[in-house]
Amino acid sequence: MQATAKDTTELRLGSLEELEKLRGELRAAEDPDQTRIIVCHGTGCVANGSPGVTQALKDALAAAGEQVEVMPGIKTTGCHGFCSRGPLVIIKPKNIFYQQVKPADAEEIVQQTIVKGETVERLLYKLPQSGEAVETTEDIPFYAGQERVVLKNIGQIDPTKIDDAIRAGAYAGAAKALTTMEPQQVIDEVIKSGLRGRGGAGFPTGVKWNLAAKHQGGQKYVLCNADEGDPGAFMDRSVMEGDPHAVVEGMIIGGYAIGADTGYVYVRAEYPLAIKHLEKALADARALGLLGENILGSGFNFDIRINRGAGAFVCGEETALMRSVEGKVGEPVPRPPYPSDKGLFGKPSVLNNVETWANVSRILDRGADWFASLGTEKSKGTKVFALVGKVNNVGLVEVPMGIKLKDIVMTIGGGVPGSDRFKAVQTGGPSGGCLPWEDAELPVDFDSLIAAGSMMGSGGMIVMDDRDCMVDVAKYFLGFLEEESCGKCFPCRLGVPRLRETLNRFSKGEGTIEDIDDLYSMAEAIKAGSLCALGGTAPNAVLSTLRYFRDEYEAHILEHRCPAGVCKDLITYSIDPEACTGCHACFRACPQNAVSGEKKKPHTIDESLCIRCGMCLESCKFGAVQVQ
Amino acid sequence: MLSLTIDGKKVEAEAGWTLLDTARQYGIEIPTLCYHEAVEPFGACRLCVVELRQGNASRLVASCVYPAEEGLEVHTASEKVNNVRRWILEMLMSECPASQEIKEMAAQYGVETTRFEINDPEQECILCGLCVRACAQVVGANAISTVGRGAQKEIGSPYLVPGDACVACGTCVTVCPTGAMRARFERVRGVPSVVMARSVK
Repeated sequence: MQATAKDTTELRLGSLEELEKLRGELRAAEDPDQTRIIVCHGTGCVANGSPGVTQALKDALAAAGEQVEVMPGIKTTGCHGFCSRGPLVIIKPKNIFYQQVKPADAEEIVQQTIVKGETVERLLYKLPQSGEAVETTEDIPFYAGQERVVLKNIGQIDPTKIDDAIRAGAYAGAAKALTTMEPQQVIDEVIKSGLRGRGGAGFPTGVKWNLAAKHQGGQKYVLCNADEGDPGAFMDRSVMEGDPHAVVEGMIIGGYAIGADTGYVYVRAEYPLAIKHLEKALADARALGLLGENILGSGFNFDIRINRGAGAFVCGEETALMRSVEGKVGEPVPRPPYPSDKGLFGKPSVLNNVETWANVSRILDRGADWFASLGTEKSKGTKVFALVGKVNNVGLVEVPMGIKLKDIVMTIGGGVPGSDRFKAVQTGGPSGGCLPWEDAELPVDFDSLIAAGSMMGSGGMIVMDDRDCMVDVAKYFLGFLEEESCGKCFPCRLGVPRLRETLNRFSKGEGTIEDIDDLYSMAEAIKAGSLCALGGTAPNAVLSTLRYFRDEYEAHILEHRCPAGVCKDLITYSIDPEACTGCHACFRACPQNAVSGEKKKPHTIDESLCIRCGMCLESCKFGAVQVQ
Repeated sequence: MLSLTIDGKKVEAEAGWTLLDTARQYGIEIPTLCYHEAVEPFGACRLCVVELRQGNASRLVASCVYPAEEGLEVHTASEKVNNVRRWILEMLMSECPASQEIKEMAAQYGVETTRFEINDPEQECILCGLCVRACAQVVGANAISTVGRGAQKEIGSPYLVPGDACVACGTCVTVCPTGAMRARFERVRGVPSVVMARSVK
């Protein structure tokens, strides 16, 4: 059948050549110099109202009518990463970057930028230090410091259109693997690239594939772990929403490499947009002959199913995930046997995380040598991080492995509001740990993070400042894991609540210094004794904060004081009469009527009524409210 | 035959044996709670953990599920192992203080009291799941299951309503290591269908 750029609905690609021909035609049909409007439709921007912006832009273009020489297309894409600045609108080809755009801005954008070719100054991003407005994406430090491999198409393509993905290079890696390489060559290529699993533990991906591939013949499975559950993490969601074909392509390659004909994506049901885009991607890929029987004429059959998870954190653990897919209770089972020998339905299986699969597509497309040139000696490639917390540029960033922690938080992240340093950066989700400012120069790679008492995890990065109490942070993560523990093995089910209870006592000023020794001993037992990594890493939150912030623990225990002013039983709020102007702001803010005082005269707080909610502190513009 | 060492003693194991099978073959004692010969091993209670050492590397594995392998160096009562057992037993003493079996086992490891708060002084169930596995794998009735997650977990019939799936065979009561199932039996057993059939006649 003849492939044409305009009509891919009836087309079924029968070979590598036909795919490349289609790609060539799709590229030729698009003029790179043409003006195009890109609106971010990632979950964050959608929540901030980007669909309204898109509609307003369409209306404004229609209203402008003949004023516009060539009517620009409007493309809605996945997450651009700069979530704190959304909704984002980018005008191609110059990459003019408009931030926090509202529907009311649409007319001005069309009139100024599209019709006259001028920028709308007030919508530009301003550098936080100098206040200087910058025009294009490339000039923004948040983007300039990144190296986009996994995210390269996100924000560029419309994730619901396979044409757009193919134009951007999708399925080139899979086509190459299936039609020009033997399965073992594919595995060798992945081994050579040095790719390590992006889900947390960092196991070499190709080595894992080899273990499953050595079982000759018979039913095998590949699985995609999209059960992203770390608090504050949204890397995998953004990849599935913004470039679902990268995941599908990676899984096709993996299936071919190990000899599996079926793949499962285990995605949490809380990610409806990701599921929708994945389903569309699968349907489109099937229609084009990129999934299903005899893919690209290679003789290889492969298809993918989506399995919705009900949102249990433990189901991100590979054996629990497989039990859940099987329809059983999502509880981990002991290894060995490893999933590569007996996995899903007792068959050899390979499970990789979303970001790993997306990396596989890139590696087969551009080669192992290219991939291995990125990153450090033992951690190759890039890593996507969800940068959140007390940081100016909240969002999704992709950086080469080995970049300094400081460069991510202070440069790309734009630093900490109101401070020239962070107090701690929590990496690795609940299983990880908190790194102090002293580790600002630490290279961010798998092994350095583990040596520092934290871990890479799936890529959550939570920045904390002086108002974050480390005992409270550890307590939060333990509370999370206590809720999410499956309860099968005893050290985790019984131990994690006991760790949290001990910290609870600290935050009430009731602990003793001997409790810290007990904590170490108990943490050791839980780490060594637990069945799976949930329990095995649960004590990290305590251990890493004890390692770097022991003085803060001692302040709670010995001095009954919470230096960060968080633990409610240990703090009192007061008003400095010298600084108080009597503006009445705290008086109005206090939900307990604990603040009293006449206007323009210093106010006071009645401690017996105060519930230490901090509303007065936030409302005071004069720094008069103090926490001790 | 596979050769390995357990606590410095040279032992031999048949392929397919677990470390627990091997140790017991040689009379080396390893404590267990969730293990029973009649059902598949589960690896949940972690009392049976043993230390595997290789050079400077060391890790704990559950001996009830870990297969015997050639050349392993196994330690069944090292400090690392006993630390895990002591903490589990002390935590169990607060979780299910009514269990005499737990108290006795804890005493063997020098744990006489618990520093943790006791929620339910009557509680005996340790949630090892032996009753559930016996009901499914030995009886084939699947009348009970673990319900809920983590700290909220409990043993029960579907929707915690007594049901006819229970045939009142008492297997769960027999395998229960702490006797907790005695008190729970009425909560899972409905009117057994066998009895119903007879009474109709």
